[in-house]
Amino acid sequence: MSETATPSFPKHLLDFRDWSRRQVESLLETAQMMQEVLARPVKKVPALTGFTVATVFFEPSTRTRISFELAARRMSADVVSFSGTTSSTVKGETYRDTLRTLDQMGIDAYILRTDAAGVPYQAHSWLHKPVINAGDGWRAHPTQALLDAFTLREKLGSLEGKKIAIVGDILHSRVARSNAELLPMLGATVVACGPAPLLPGSLPGATLTTSLREALYEADAVMVLRLQKERMEKGLPPSLPEYIAAYQVNRERLGWARPGAPLLHPGPMNRDVELEGTLADSPQSLVERQVANGQAVRMAVLYHVLVGKS
Amino acid sequence: MKGDFLIKNAKLVDGRGVHGTADVLIGEGRILSLSGGEAPTVLDATGMILSPGFFDPHAHLREPGQEVKEDLQSGLTAAARGGYTDIVSMPNTTPVVDNAEIVAALKKKAAQIKQARLHPAAALTQGQEGKVLSEAHLLQAAGAVMLTDDGKTNEDAGVLAQGLLYAASWGLVVSVHAEDAGLRRNGVMNEGEVSFRLGLPGNTSYAESARIARDLEVVRYVRDRLANKVSARGLLHIQHLSTKRGLELIRQAKQEGLPITTEVGPHHLTLTDEALNGLNPIYKVAPPLRTQSDVEALIEGLLDGSIDCIGTDHAPHTQDEKELDLLRAPFGIPSLEVCWPLLYSELVEKRGFPLAVLVARFTDGPRRILGFPPLHLEEGAEASLVLWDPRSQRPVEPQTFASKAKFSPWAGWQLKGWPVCTLVEGRRVFALE
Repeated sequence: MSETATPSFPKHLLDFRDWSRRQVESLLETAQMMQEVLARPVKKVPALTGFTVATVFFEPSTRTRISFELAARRMSADVVSFSGTTSSTVKGETYRDTLRTLDQMGIDAYILRTDAAGVPYQAHSWLHKPVINAGDGWRAHPTQALLDAFTLREKLGSLEGKKIAIVGDILHSRVARSNAELLPMLGATVVACGPAPLLPGSLPGATLTTSLREALYEADAVMVLRLQKERMEKGLPPSLPEYIAAYQVNRERLGWARPGAPLLHPGPMNRDVELEGTLADSPQSLVERQVANGQAVRMAVLYHVLVGKS
Repeated sequence: MKGDFLIKNAKLVDGRGVHGTADVLIGEGRILSLSGGEAPTVLDATGMILSPGFFDPHAHLREPGQEVKEDLQSGLTAAARGGYTDIVSMPNTTPVVDNAEIVAALKKKAAQIKQARLHPAAALTQGQEGKVLSEAHLLQAAGAVMLTDDGKTNEDAGVLAQGLLYAASWGLVVSVHAEDAGLRRNGVMNEGEVSFRLGLPGNTSYAESARIARDLEVVRYVRDRLANKVSARGLLHIQHLSTKRGLELIRQAKQEGLPITTEVGPHHLTLTDEALNGLNPIYKVAPPLRTQSDVEALIEGLLDGSIDCIGTDHAPHTQDEKELDLLRAPFGIPSLEVCWPLLYSELVEKRGFPLAVLVARFTDGPRRILGFPPLHLEEGAEASLVLWDPRSQRPVEPQTFASKAKFSPWAGWQLKGWPVCTLVEGRRVFALE
């Protein structure tokens, strides 16, 4: 195999700053192989035998954590998990202290989630070990973007020239940011849509619009984001009926997109708020497929940061 | 003529301009002569520059209550090493400096430390709660030189107006942290392209200009109420200006003759929000680092006098606190020890900013705001001076700081103009080893 056929990989996944299109595509190819592993009766390979992976979640998330932990176990890694709420930092224990303590126990890679942007970068500089960002504040959630891209490619084939609409609270969404970073790398155009207070002033990689019709018009796929309750409490948007009237993706509005355009949602979903409930269960919905693919993609990521060619 | 100390061949630069070289004889706390004389200690200052001691109108020394971050001993030592002979300490300590006893205690302790001189600022309102005015007269009698609820943002314009009226009765200046809390929200950095990309809560530059616009109206009101009853030197001092728009408003108001002054910090003249790209909380300051266009405007404002002076906003924290994440790490950086070499290197050396103007903004500007007479290099003048070397070049090494905060956004920057010796009333408080 020639060298260009197996690109080297960064030994971390903090976001996509250090990743090239080639590396991402190669990673998605690995994920495809992992999918085959997951289809076997015995869903286990010895690839990461002897490695210890820690999931360190300072912000609670059951789904993402289980997805990562299963991914690691299916490759025979030992897995430990640490849950810290933000109150542990209030009590004086810093992220650094927590991570350094864990590091004394022989951890080989860290899967890190926090409510604050940048912590995975700090962790990487403190630990000098592979760090996988499982979501940092509003900033990045790269494995979610990878599994979205993987799922979209499964459905649409290449993403080259495809228009992907992302609808919802863009300003506070790490999923939107990571997708706006990754999907254009793979050739897609991204239109992000929401009410103006929930849109950033600019977002590299995406066109911004407050018009749902404009966003969905001839879209090849539609990604709907969860509306967070705490935003509602702060009056952004002013009320649920108001938001539903203006921005809910329903059957009629989905008709503005290309026929059969797939529908994605990173979950957890507020049924009948950001998305008409029955649409989530329709043939157009890839929501369950996203979850299934998440595991394969995370196996591929773990494989590459731990034993892939550097 | 006999003195205690002779500085030979120093080039003299004060707020009035660049003068020739002189042999400066110092004794009895004063400049005895500019043409030499006898002294037991002689320093050859060939190639070096002698200036009046720098005066910082805005530093956080954290005492009382937060001595783990800084105390008078470390803070005043850091100041002397930075060429400062005088600094104003902010009152947002624990407890808040809002009564005469604390002011007197700080003054007494600082005098014993014998480093830079301390001029405490006291809270404008009791507990800095923005409700009940502090005892301005008693505070001033104890040694307070300024009133401010620094850190808090004076949400109630009525309280600010009353505070300005009352402080003016005693000739005290009120200084404010001009930011509209509603617009600022929970922003941890400048709101703009970088914050949008990084997904960090932004603080819009309009939070500053909106508040300045309001405060200027309050000053207009107070000026009209005072009419000619009190000589209003400067009623309101706007701290750490960070935005181009805020500067435009101040420039306009000054042209109109409104009694206001303002300051700018070294970080807002040398760094932009792009510094946050590496997601390092070391760059988290309030108000936040803005854009290059703001930096350019502020340098222009410093040059044309729209900005009166440099205030360090020296804000030390512990290493552990600064290693928290960007949401939780505190705002602030230490800067007393690098402010002069930083601005000399970045503005004078790199951009050709006039040296005498920069010296004026470190010396005459802050003195005028606080009602101190200008300090110039002439016979009979108080010998509170700094000797600095425009040729010396070395990197910023935070681990060598006298400040307890041993981190810096300028770590590793190669700077020139480091202070060599600082004198307070003829007494050496710092001399480079």
